[in-house]
Amino acid sequence: MTLEAVVGMSSRGVNAVLHVPEGTTLALLGPNGAGKTTVIEALAGLTAPDSGHATLGDAVLFSDREGRMRVTESRSRGIALVTQDSALFPHVSVLDNVAFPARAQGASRASSRAGAHKWLSRVGAGHLAARRPRTLSGGEARRVAVARALASDPRLVLLDEPFASLDIEAAIAMRSLLRDVLKGRTAVLSTHDGLDAIDIAHTIAVLDHGTVVEEGATSATFERPRTAFTAALAGLIWLRGTWVEGALALPDGQLVPADGEEFTLGATVAATINPRAVKIVPSTTPGCVCDVVLALEPRGDGTLRVRGSLLWAEVSIAEASRFLPRVGETVHFDVGTRPHAFSLAS
Amino acid sequence: MRLRNPLAAAALAAACSLSVGACAAEDDAPTRVTINVYAAASLSEVFAALAEQYETAHPGVSIRLTFAGSSDLAAQINEGAPADIFASANEAQMGVVAEHVAGMAELFASNTLTIAVPRGNPGGVTDFASLANPGLKVVVCAPEVPCGAATALVEEKLGVILSPVSELTNVTDVLGAVSSGEADAGLVYVTDVARAKEVEGIPFAGSASVATRYPIAVLTGAHAPTAARSFVDFVLGQQGQAALLAAGFATSDGGASDVTALNGTAPDVTAPDASAVG
Amino acid sequence: MTRLPRWLLVLAVIAAAFAVLPLVGLASRANWAQLPGQLATPSARTALGLSLRTAAASTALCITLGVPLGFALAALKGVARAVLRAILLAPLVLPPVVSGLGLLYAFGRRGLLGATLDAAGIPVAFTTAAVVLAQAFVAMPFVVVSVEAALAARDGRLEAIAATLGAGRSRILRVITLPGIGVAVAMGAVLAFARSLGEFGATLTFAGSLEGVTRTAALQIYLARESDPQAAVALGLVLVALAILIVAAAARPGRRAIP
Repeated sequence: MTLEAVVGMSSRGVNAVLHVPEGTTLALLGPNGAGKTTVIEALAGLTAPDSGHATLGDAVLFSDREGRMRVTESRSRGIALVTQDSALFPHVSVLDNVAFPARAQGASRASSRAGAHKWLSRVGAGHLAARRPRTLSGGEARRVAVARALASDPRLVLLDEPFASLDIEAAIAMRSLLRDVLKGRTAVLSTHDGLDAIDIAHTIAVLDHGTVVEEGATSATFERPRTAFTAALAGLIWLRGTWVEGALALPDGQLVPADGEEFTLGATVAATINPRAVKIVPSTTPGCVCDVVLALEPRGDGTLRVRGSLLWAEVSIAEASRFLPRVGETVHFDVGTRPHAFSLAS
Repeated sequence: MRLRNPLAAAALAAACSLSVGACAAEDDAPTRVTINVYAAASLSEVFAALAEQYETAHPGVSIRLTFAGSSDLAAQINEGAPADIFASANEAQMGVVAEHVAGMAELFASNTLTIAVPRGNPGGVTDFASLANPGLKVVVCAPEVPCGAATALVEEKLGVILSPVSELTNVTDVLGAVSSGEADAGLVYVTDVARAKEVEGIPFAGSASVATRYPIAVLTGAHAPTAARSFVDFVLGQQGQAALLAAGFATSDGGASDVTALNGTAPDVTAPDASAVG
Repeated sequence: MTRLPRWLLVLAVIAAAFAVLPLVGLASRANWAQLPGQLATPSARTALGLSLRTAAASTALCITLGVPLGFALAALKGVARAVLRAILLAPLVLPPVVSGLGLLYAFGRRGLLGATLDAAGIPVAFTTAAVVLAQAFVAMPFVVVSVEAALAARDGRLEAIAATLGAGRSRILRVITLPGIGVAVAMGAVLAFARSLGEFGATLTFAGSLEGVTRTAALQIYLARESDPQAAVALGLVLVALAILIVAAAARPGRRAIP
């Protein structure tokens, strides 16, 4: 079932166009407040958009006919939603939460529960069947919510920030789970962290202030972000400059060695750099970029982000103990492997 | 407990002044005497008229009337209510306050039972015996209260056993059930029928043989005993008796009621002289 | 918790004394030695039994009708909801005798509906059913207001999620909403039971007073007060004890937070 949607909600400044081919996963990327949840909830039928139209396969989800919204009730959409809060039903067991969709479709209690057991095992939560939702950890609840969503045999799976408020291990486990269970399904997941999307999503759509500013295949989009905004979302350093032979010339004239097509000299190009590859080096290092330290940001995981005006590097506290750059001081960055420059349509 | 805060002291003072003020009012007005009369509910209309007459004749005296069921009033008097006079609808309740009676309680009126039916008599009640018809909804006073005791006595004397649908605590409730049409008939006092608009009275033979006697007394706690005595005499006198008669009461010979003998026992509802007057 | 100003404590002590003193007064008039005997009399036991039975029936009626009404009220918006709520909750503060008169003119023999019922051979006045009606009339607002408040506190999110999973309205109501407001319904029901148990004025006006049929404990107390005040006090103390127990049960915050 291919999803084609134009979601308009003027009160929240949302007007997003989405296209999700059957069997693929779209990551809806954007910072908090970009309108991701609004789009997801409109698709699920939790909120009614005030303009636009959406179809899932042959079925119309909503459509704007001469200013009057026709909305298919969420019950008949065949769209399952996993919310940030997991939204498990608190008064029934984990098993009955997962058995709920089958029961709703008229299956017997026994067969619904048998199906629920299967789904719980699938998400690695079989041992939680008898528990009450309030006794679960955030990660466990999220898994159960995924199982419940899948148990409804949905034609489209929506996941709103499925990694939000999970600890690192739970997030990793959730990522691998989603990679597994979303295979072959049509799905939309929202996240504010671009890296979350890489594993799971075939395509991404970047939402900024309610509008899709960039979309495309995940890897291609991340490798060649067309906006600084997308690069930032992807957690990459965005460098913009002009092309000179074998290097990107920054506005201040410094050169960053880079690979690239045969651009015309002076063409506007950009490159993204993984900050993890950036090192602080002595000023004598060839190809290093001279920068001024703007801020020192402790990351809380034993690393320190040394943020310059152009680049930043993540250094361990151990490294930082040998030399501690101070704000306002000059620092030299090495960008590691040569970044790939690409042309920016001006 | 010491009050440090002036606000708290003020609140306490305000709370206390309420009760003090209530008592102080009478002492502060030497030229004006107020007599607190606690009277049975059935006396409402006639006592209100009598009080007005009395006040007109005695400038400077004001009568403050409190009407309620006799047993309620008796309970309040026993709990120290500031009553000067108690006019009870039966002798038993006067007996309840016996220790507060100054001198003797005197009988000033009597009342007899009658059948009350809703206007138009939808139940087709003809006499007391017809009240025993099954299917007829009859309400009476509970045997524990004076009108119920009188009802029980009438049943016994006439040999008719009633199966009431409700046994109420006061005659006003019985009257209410009848006037609303919920009940087909009720046993109430003659005077009640006289003051109720929506009911008709059906007299029955033998009613006069069971009368409830109304005693009145000045109480020991009276603030103005002389004025109170004067009002009691007024009720017992010609004007008072005429008003009571007009309201449907049978007047009494004003004989003394032996309240101490009645204390805690069943009321003696037989009043040989009542039939003569009624 | 910060320490309270002294003057506030003084007023609080006065208030507490005001609340407790009448109960102490009641207890002081009880003849404790004879208490069991006074409670064992047939009329006391009959009245208490009738009270418990009618209050239970009234509570069942309050839940059956009050919960749907609470839902309907919560579904309304704006002025209509405020006006309707005010009207529906009025029995809570009406003088009981007014409630009784209203019931009489609705369900009594000559009442709006009562005349039809009577003609159909279903008399209401002077029956135990009338007692239950009187109690339910004054007690139902507890359930309605409690359900409405509980629903207002819900954001409807779980219900919306349940709908995406294919559930119909009845299933959502049964599996999600009703369990979600269960604590509130129980609280409303407990208060409704307590209010039913204490009902006096409307019962007296509407249902009458006949031993074993309509004379509940409250009416029995009112009657016994005439002839045997000690028996009235004894029965009154039972009601006080029941009331305290019930309110204590209701005031206990839900053992788990309402989601």
